[in-house]
Amino acid sequence: MTAITEKNLIDFVYAEARLLDEQRFEDWLALFTEDAYYWMPLAHDQRDPKLHTSLMYEDKLLLRVRIERLSGQRTFSQQPKSRCHHLLQAPTVEASDPAKGEHTVRTAFHYTETRLDKQTIYVGWTTHHLVEVDGALKIRLKRVDLVNCDAAFANIQLFM
Amino acid sequence: MSKYRGNPDAIQALVRDTEVHKDTYIDQEIFELEMEHLFANTWVYVGHASQVPNKGDYYTTTVGTEEVVMVRHSDNSVRVLYNRCPHKGVKVAGEVCGNTGKFFRCPYHAWTFKTDGSLLAIPLKKGYENTGFESCEASHGMAPVPNVKVYRDFVFCRLNPGGPSFDEFFGQSLSTLDNMVDRSPEGKLEVAGGVLRYMHNCNWKMLVDNQTDTCHPMVAHESSAGTAVRVWNEAPEGTPKPMAVELFAPFMSPYEFFENMGIRVWENGHGHTGVSDSIHAAYSPVPGYWDQMVAAYGEERAKQILGDTRHNTVYFPNIMVKGPIQTLRLFKPIAANKTLVESWTFRLVGAPDLLLERTTMYNRLINAPTSVVGHDDLEMYERAQEGLHSRGRDWINIARLYDPAEKGQKNIVTNGTNEMQMREQMRAWARFMTESM
Repeated sequence: MTAITEKNLIDFVYAEARLLDEQRFEDWLALFTEDAYYWMPLAHDQRDPKLHTSLMYEDKLLLRVRIERLSGQRTFSQQPKSRCHHLLQAPTVEASDPAKGEHTVRTAFHYTETRLDKQTIYVGWTTHHLVEVDGALKIRLKRVDLVNCDAAFANIQLFM
Repeated sequence: MSKYRGNPDAIQALVRDTEVHKDTYIDQEIFELEMEHLFANTWVYVGHASQVPNKGDYYTTTVGTEEVVMVRHSDNSVRVLYNRCPHKGVKVAGEVCGNTGKFFRCPYHAWTFKTDGSLLAIPLKKGYENTGFESCEASHGMAPVPNVKVYRDFVFCRLNPGGPSFDEFFGQSLSTLDNMVDRSPEGKLEVAGGVLRYMHNCNWKMLVDNQTDTCHPMVAHESSAGTAVRVWNEAPEGTPKPMAVELFAPFMSPYEFFENMGIRVWENGHGHTGVSDSIHAAYSPVPGYWDQMVAAYGEERAKQILGDTRHNTVYFPNIMVKGPIQTLRLFKPIAANKTLVESWTFRLVGAPDLLLERTTMYNRLINAPTSVVGHDDLEMYERAQEGLHSRGRDWINIARLYDPAEKGQKNIVTNGTNEMQMREQMRAWARFMTESM
């Protein structure tokens, strides 16, 4: 088995964002471990996802609900559909433990979500907590911190 | 040309027995009159006393569109001041919350004010001698809101000096706030868990109407709650039901469930769904909580408190409270077509953390700008806000289960899909819009 390299980690993050931009949600969901969370805090430096509200703190079941809902025939907030685009800064490996197969990668982003004539840009950084499962990288926690996480937002319907 | 200003008859004509004119939702002049009259004649929610526990603590917010600051005064009372320096008009308190010490200090020219608003000091005061300053408005300092009432730590105010008393205005409806507070074994709530802020391009009354609209969940939320139920049904048998599914699933209850749970219509536009049953009635017990409640209240009273599982209580004009899940939603009007929805949560002081965890999860799943349930609703509000501009029809229909004998009745319980609560809201609207004209 070949060791995971820094390039593997960085490529993983780029590829993950591209799956979202191409709306390949089933492939995207397959990147997460069964016990994974997608976390978008509501406060800066938020530590607690349970006793403090978040924008999102989704386990795999809730992520699946979102994905299936997006293509539902009676999902009127997606008629017409939203589109999104990630513009990523080069990811940096913040921590790496090859023995345990655990890696942390930080990536700054400008994320754009559009629907109809409206286009909204969100700015922040993502922290991927990745684990090696059978030689492949999986997401155990994807944390999305927005610069203005406590601002009043309109609908955010896709994934950053 | 004003169509409605100074014309109470024209305003009253917007509300018929079973229909409401579209201008109540889309007309900017009506919106401005709402801010001047409706939001000044009614008791409007400001904040919670736990946000300002210590002397000098303050919290800035809006009442209607008026900028105010709620502050703990040196005598320990909670005061509400207009957040406007009497000198040049600068907003004195700038942060959302903080502690100002013994006085507010305007950041522009250092005029200072006691926390009851009265003028404390002005730099170079000599320059005001023999200018008649004492007879200037500015000498009175920051204007206090004259009528403030703290009810079990919920702070309300009425901007107009005259009008109904707090008790007259709310009547029996305060029982929902009582129930939420009583759910704490110590009889105390604290704001906790952060606030979700969700911008809506629609009129604030659409949010209010939606709270007791029991004919929409199984339709509009089929996409979110319905999908959650479907995905959950695919889980292997024996999988423990996640809290999220327990919170989502009741949204998909059939019409009969909502008809049978009933709706209680008080007066002045206050009312609640979920009289005998509700979407919050079947949550799993939280370990340790029941015993705490029995120890605090005795078994019979504890059963009574926890058995009252009201769904949505509308306090007219612009809040909704859910006792069993400890949330308060505040519909802050910004323009005829713009509303900021703030969703607040409370800790039941002394109760297990798991209750707050369920509350913050509910808030996130249902009330966040990232909530799939929120997406369902906002799409409908915004389509309505645009659709109402149509010349094809002028009226919104609220005729469901109308009975001509209902007018003037109060504190009655009726079929859970009755739109009487919406009709009562609009009757109250017409009254409070015009009584000070």
